[in-house]
Amino acid sequence: MNGLFANENGRFAPRLSLRLRFGRVFQFLSLAAVTLGLIMLSVLLIDIILDGYKWLRPEFFTEFPSRFPEKSGLRSALQGSLWMISLTALMAFPVGVGAAIYLEEYASDNWFTRLIEINIANLAGVPSIIYGLLGLGLFVRGLELGRSVLAGSMTMALLVLPIIIVSGREAIRAVPQSVRHASLALGATQWQTIQNHVLPYAMPGILTGTILAMSRAIGETAPLITIGALTYIRFDLKGPLDLFTVLPIQIFNWVSLPKAEFQQLAAAGIIVLLAVLLSLNALAIVLRNKLQIRW
Amino acid sequence: MQESKLVTDVVFLRARADHDRREGIIRAVLLLFSIVSVFTTLGIIAVLLQETILFFQEVSIVEFFTDTVWTPLFASKKFGVLPLVNGTLLVAAGAMLIALPLGLLAAIYLSEYASDRARKILKPMLEILAGVPTVVYGYFALTFITPLLQKIWSETQAFNALSASIVMGFMILPLVASLSEDAMSAVPQSLRQAAYALGATRLEVTLRTVLPAALSGISAAFILAVSRAIGETMIVAIAAGQQPKLTLNPLQSIETMTAYIVQVSLGDTPQQSIAYKTIFAVGMLLFTMTLTMNLISNWLTRRYREVYE
Repeated sequence: MNGLFANENGRFAPRLSLRLRFGRVFQFLSLAAVTLGLIMLSVLLIDIILDGYKWLRPEFFTEFPSRFPEKSGLRSALQGSLWMISLTALMAFPVGVGAAIYLEEYASDNWFTRLIEINIANLAGVPSIIYGLLGLGLFVRGLELGRSVLAGSMTMALLVLPIIIVSGREAIRAVPQSVRHASLALGATQWQTIQNHVLPYAMPGILTGTILAMSRAIGETAPLITIGALTYIRFDLKGPLDLFTVLPIQIFNWVSLPKAEFQQLAAAGIIVLLAVLLSLNALAIVLRNKLQIRW
Repeated sequence: MQESKLVTDVVFLRARADHDRREGIIRAVLLLFSIVSVFTTLGIIAVLLQETILFFQEVSIVEFFTDTVWTPLFASKKFGVLPLVNGTLLVAAGAMLIALPLGLLAAIYLSEYASDRARKILKPMLEILAGVPTVVYGYFALTFITPLLQKIWSETQAFNALSASIVMGFMILPLVASLSEDAMSAVPQSLRQAAYALGATRLEVTLRTVLPAALSGISAAFILAVSRAIGETMIVAIAAGQQPKLTLNPLQSIETMTAYIVQVSLGDTPQQSIAYKTIFAVGMLLFTMTLTMNLISNWLTRRYREVYE
């Protein structure tokens, strides 16, 4: 680049207009990178909607999967996803929020706390399929829960735990110290302070993080395939120990069938899945804006 | 008078003892919850290690790492993991060719060029890409990108590494952009102003002042991106195929480590068979690779934070 600052005789010359022109080209390139990402997103959405919208009929939501595309539906997949997400939230929410409270309000800064923190950071980067192998070894075979929706939910709870802990800690940290001091000064115990003052203020942030964790869980496929969730279920899901399938696994199953109609069914399933995720994310944004207290 | 003071003291002390006990129990339960995450890690290692050791009692570790054929599901079984590693790295390398340059450029735009308003709109839009479930990308790679590739190169196979690489690259782009932007935004304004004062243009400030100062954070983002690409499962399981082979041709059908685990999980392999144990051995290798990269990435991130705060 030093050549830029010299003229033909090798003497110093700022050549500002040339350097600024390089700058404009580079700015254009960097904007193009952002645009390319957004174009890809739009093409993906349009392609899927065009492929699948014709199959979004009432029967699509009430029928079981079938060998005949026109009789196939998402009934068992929707039931499975609903069960899985409820059980996952039931387990991951208290444990995740509890861990966040401990790390923010109780833990002293020692090697043990740092070990937990580094551990959580690394767990967030473990590939989801590894959690599937953990669930297979620990829950399906170790606890003998079989390929049940409970085993799947426990696996998923461990997978989303780091997300809930990290966002929970951020929300708790954002509550000003003065709130805690005021409560403690009036004679409240530490837990009373947390329960009555810190948690209510931190709740919008905690809920936002939990919803995002749940939308991750709804879209996850690999760990549930690994623990052995079935792809073809033609009965209603009645209890936590029943066999199950979920939306993304049903989509995966249809994608892997050769008939073109099944590919379109997969696209229709994807539209449903994306609609669910979009509503969840909208809910998270509304929660954040409506309930957030600014200090 | 004296006596009633004593009574209230006793009542008060008893209430406090109750409180203390309750506080202690709550604290213990919360501690237990935070240890769940440690047990998750230990659980992963224990499960993987147990089955991997059983696997290596039957298959030599030298064969596993040096043989070039992977056929555990066939009658004549060969246990060379290299073709799976080759497939994984081939797809990941292709994805990185897209995600790293585009992600870094996007980060530069967001951090150095975009107005506050533009950034507030563009960044969340870009991050939608990272929130799309991977099974959706798999569908897109198989039904949209592959036919497109077949029009360009007619020898493209129905399942191929390149289509998976392309969509995976766009999936990982926001991760690279977001983390690199964080690193660049953390570079103090005074460094930029010093460079401007010496007559540098915005491009020169960006490339020769901000980028070098944010280098460790950007490297952390790049390493995390590679780790994400190696562990990604559904895109490759749907679009890249199930043929473990040593090839560098991205238009061919290959198999990655993750896709192999899915393939065995979907099949009806008996639980005591050697083929079944292979998924844990492959999982152990995958876990070791990603964990190493994540540890390096976290270490780099912590290091650059210490410099500027």
